[in-house]
Amino acid sequence: MGLPLMINNDDDNNNKVELSRVAVSDTHGEDSPYFAGWKAYDENPYDESHNPSGVIQMGLAENQVSFDLLESYLEKKSPEGSLWESKGSRGFRENALFQDYHGLKNFRQAMASFMEKIRGGKARFDPDRIVLTAGATAANELLTFILANPNDALLVPTPYYPGFDRDLRWRTGVRIVPIHCDSSNHFQITPEALEAAYKTARDANIRVRGVLITNPSNPLGATVQKKVLEDLLDFCVRKNIHLVSDEIYSGSVFHASEFTSVAEIVENIDDVSVKERVHIVYSLSKDLGLPGFRVGTIYSYNDNVVRTARRMSSFTLVSSQTQHMLASMLSDEEFTDKYIRINRERLRRRYETIVEGLKKEGIECLQGNAGLFCWMNLGFLLNTNTKEGELELWDVILKELKLNISPGSSCHCSEFGWFRVCFANMSEKTLKIALKRIHEFMDRRRKVLNC
Amino acid sequence: MTRTEPNRSSKSESENSGGGGGGTTAMRVIVPLQGVVQGRGGLFLGSVIPCAFFYFLQFYLKRNRKNEPDSGEPIPNPDSDSASPDPTRSQSVGNLTELASLPRSLSRILLSPRLSGGAVSVSGRASCVIKGGDSPYHVGQKRVEEDPYDESGNPDGVIELGSAHTTKMDWVSEDPGEAISDGLCMSGIASYEPCHGLIELKTAVAGFMSEATKNSVSFDPSQLVLTSGAASAIEILSFCLADSGNAFLVPTPCSPGYDRDVKWRTGVDLIHVPCRSADNFNISMLVLDRGFYLAKKRGVKIRGVIISNPWNPTGTLLTRENLYALLDFARERNIHIISNEVFAGSVHEEGGEFVSMAEIVDTEENVDRERVHIIYDLSKDLSFPGLRTAAIYSFNESVLSASRKLTTLSPVSSPTQHLLISAISSPKFVQRFVKTNRERLMRVYTELVKGLKELGIECTRSSGGFFCWVDMRGFMSSYSEKGEIELWNKLLNIGKINVIPGSCCHCIEPGWFRLCFSNLSETDVPVAMNRIRKVCETCKS
Repeated sequence: MGLPLMINNDDDNNNKVELSRVAVSDTHGEDSPYFAGWKAYDENPYDESHNPSGVIQMGLAENQVSFDLLESYLEKKSPEGSLWESKGSRGFRENALFQDYHGLKNFRQAMASFMEKIRGGKARFDPDRIVLTAGATAANELLTFILANPNDALLVPTPYYPGFDRDLRWRTGVRIVPIHCDSSNHFQITPEALEAAYKTARDANIRVRGVLITNPSNPLGATVQKKVLEDLLDFCVRKNIHLVSDEIYSGSVFHASEFTSVAEIVENIDDVSVKERVHIVYSLSKDLGLPGFRVGTIYSYNDNVVRTARRMSSFTLVSSQTQHMLASMLSDEEFTDKYIRINRERLRRRYETIVEGLKKEGIECLQGNAGLFCWMNLGFLLNTNTKEGELELWDVILKELKLNISPGSSCHCSEFGWFRVCFANMSEKTLKIALKRIHEFMDRRRKVLNC
Repeated sequence: MTRTEPNRSSKSESENSGGGGGGTTAMRVIVPLQGVVQGRGGLFLGSVIPCAFFYFLQFYLKRNRKNEPDSGEPIPNPDSDSASPDPTRSQSVGNLTELASLPRSLSRILLSPRLSGGAVSVSGRASCVIKGGDSPYHVGQKRVEEDPYDESGNPDGVIELGSAHTTKMDWVSEDPGEAISDGLCMSGIASYEPCHGLIELKTAVAGFMSEATKNSVSFDPSQLVLTSGAASAIEILSFCLADSGNAFLVPTPCSPGYDRDVKWRTGVDLIHVPCRSADNFNISMLVLDRGFYLAKKRGVKIRGVIISNPWNPTGTLLTRENLYALLDFARERNIHIISNEVFAGSVHEEGGEFVSMAEIVDTEENVDRERVHIIYDLSKDLSFPGLRTAAIYSFNESVLSASRKLTTLSPVSSPTQHLLISAISSPKFVQRFVKTNRERLMRVYTELVKGLKELGIECTRSSGGFFCWVDMRGFMSSYSEKGEIELWNKLLNIGKINVIPGSCCHCIEPGWFRLCFSNLSETDVPVAMNRIRKVCETCKS
């Protein structure tokens, strides 16, 4: 591609200075229903005592169920103590001066051992392969910059996290080609769907650079089966492309045995040319419920990718103070063991509460086993089996029930009527209120249908 | 270069068909066969044969490419011209490499992952980042990391005078712990917060920025967007103000970081506008204008000009006249101004006056205010680089809106924001800290200049920031970039001093070096001078 050739003389006459295409594009997706619901929540947030009829936020996948464990841990170690250890203000200064983009070694070691623990020790992580970024959002974007050129594509199975439209595409200029999955097999990725997506890209003359999955899946709330992972890796090897596995919810699997990380599969492979196409993204935002800390990591088996990612992480560094704070917490084996165990248990119970509650109303959810949300099927409530029908229903749920949930179309789901409902970012009481509102709505509807 | 030949032939074919029949001299030149086979036969063969060759080649290559999986270029590929940050250019060069390499034979039954087609490739952007690690900037940094100077622990180590990577700050007598309350309890800092910064921190940062201008400007917190470092701030602005393939003008010598921050991922280029020692490296509007005109002639759209004030690397403070002239220039060309004011709070010269671009546009029309964007780095002023908090200040609501959204990709973590709020909300602490910092910088700078003068080395007058722009032209073996790199090597390997050679700053005159003195304590200065003396002596002999 050459340089732009037309010298637009109009610029000289037009006084208003122009912005770039990136700046004016809406690829940030903040006008989509996914984010629009958040705005509605911001304007009228539910509060148990002050605003009981406000909007309950069920569109934000945040984990607050185990917050008390974090609080009590930090209280036991006094704030200054945990921050600067025994060095006091000198420790603070050293920390504040540390700016190596490799990241604090003890923090990377702590992250590596935490990631191993989540996988039940079935995979090992080398701290020197960990690259720190300010959140998984940045990690996904960074990997995209590294693995693909503008106008190349990444294959992503649908439904997928709406943020990918921004994170993978906005500044990178890379495209997403969907791998269509449907409910007939619980939305699992099939080899046929993979080949079809690849062909779609090639027919449009688009070069495919990799496959990006989330495991456990967002928005499905389910882990990817081992066989599917093996097929995926096989596919990537055959097409000579990368495999990125966003495992941000790996610590939120209800039963540890049900989660297979791509790291486990790679663990038993010696062939470097296979290993070096695999990259894992992780963050503490979901599992530890610390999104505000903005800690993400890229773990890659590819030396060049690690090196490049480290340098590019200059744009999205984690503050040394944050690293320091978390290093001691994550290295505390007793705490992390207890936290992971209790967190999983609480999430499982929440999941069961909401799924049972919905079942009573005749609403089915996809069989899930992980994450902070469930994938609910309201197809039977749609007036028309179209995107418009789905958004109409979404609007009703937002305006009448005052529940903000995420419509499947914003996740690019090929079937209409599915919704992602988050259950971990609120108290049990609030969840029960949300279920009550659903019950009342369904009751009214039943009465209307009967008469 | 098999690809170009068929193209040339097919072009000649279209020229022939466009030109009609007749054996003219021109065609004889273009179509070699015309000379062999005269008349229509030659014309026919001269057109058909190259065409046939072209199509046959394409068919052959397509068939071969279908048989093998998509093998990209093996990484890293020293042959491909990946030095350019333009990813599309790298991609096309990568394609050339594909054609040149023979397809490997593979088993068709690829069920086992062991039988893979070859090393998987990374993007053009990544390739150029991988290559870029060999510049003196990085080599020197690495040497310091491996063998850092320490007065007691490692007195023969490499002294870091390249960048402001501090490892010790013994001079900080102020205990920041006093200022920082233990308001670091978990609730309130763990959950999602606006990525572009808490309003309390923005207010504190705005106050800090005003302090740097001695309160001649009042900065509005709502026009601030916070992000995790100055690199990110510059990159975000580059993404917002220019498209891939466009360029910014930047007077040189400039910060070595721009090559990364502006170019790496955005596809935006930098057009260097050289300033000269004869002008004391002041910006000449004439030269800037010429740079703009030449770029336009080449078809490159200039979207803005990047300045830094205090200037990196010279430490010069831009005057009001400079700034007004720049604004006029930008207005006439309808482009943006990015004013990198990260060292605004580090003016160390007695009576030195820092004038922010914000002050200049204070009284201007909206349409002109909207072209000015300022970058500020709190971590620099507080000398806490690890805390990574920088800011974009803009009068342009669209830029602010886009930047806010972009900070999801480079946010400042909540605990850090809260820490900083506590620290800089205490005006007493801030004033004492900043004053101490400035006085110390002035003392070290004075010692340094004196020491250098004794060695016969001059530098430009630095009024602010952490750098000294040093003239070592007299010590080069040859007045060239090669001579400069040789001298840099001597300084690093013999003198064990890491400095940044002027070429990294894109200085058009060889022999200038950037010395960072913010890391030095006053006792370190004589040590550094001795090292430099040692090198100077080897140069003279």
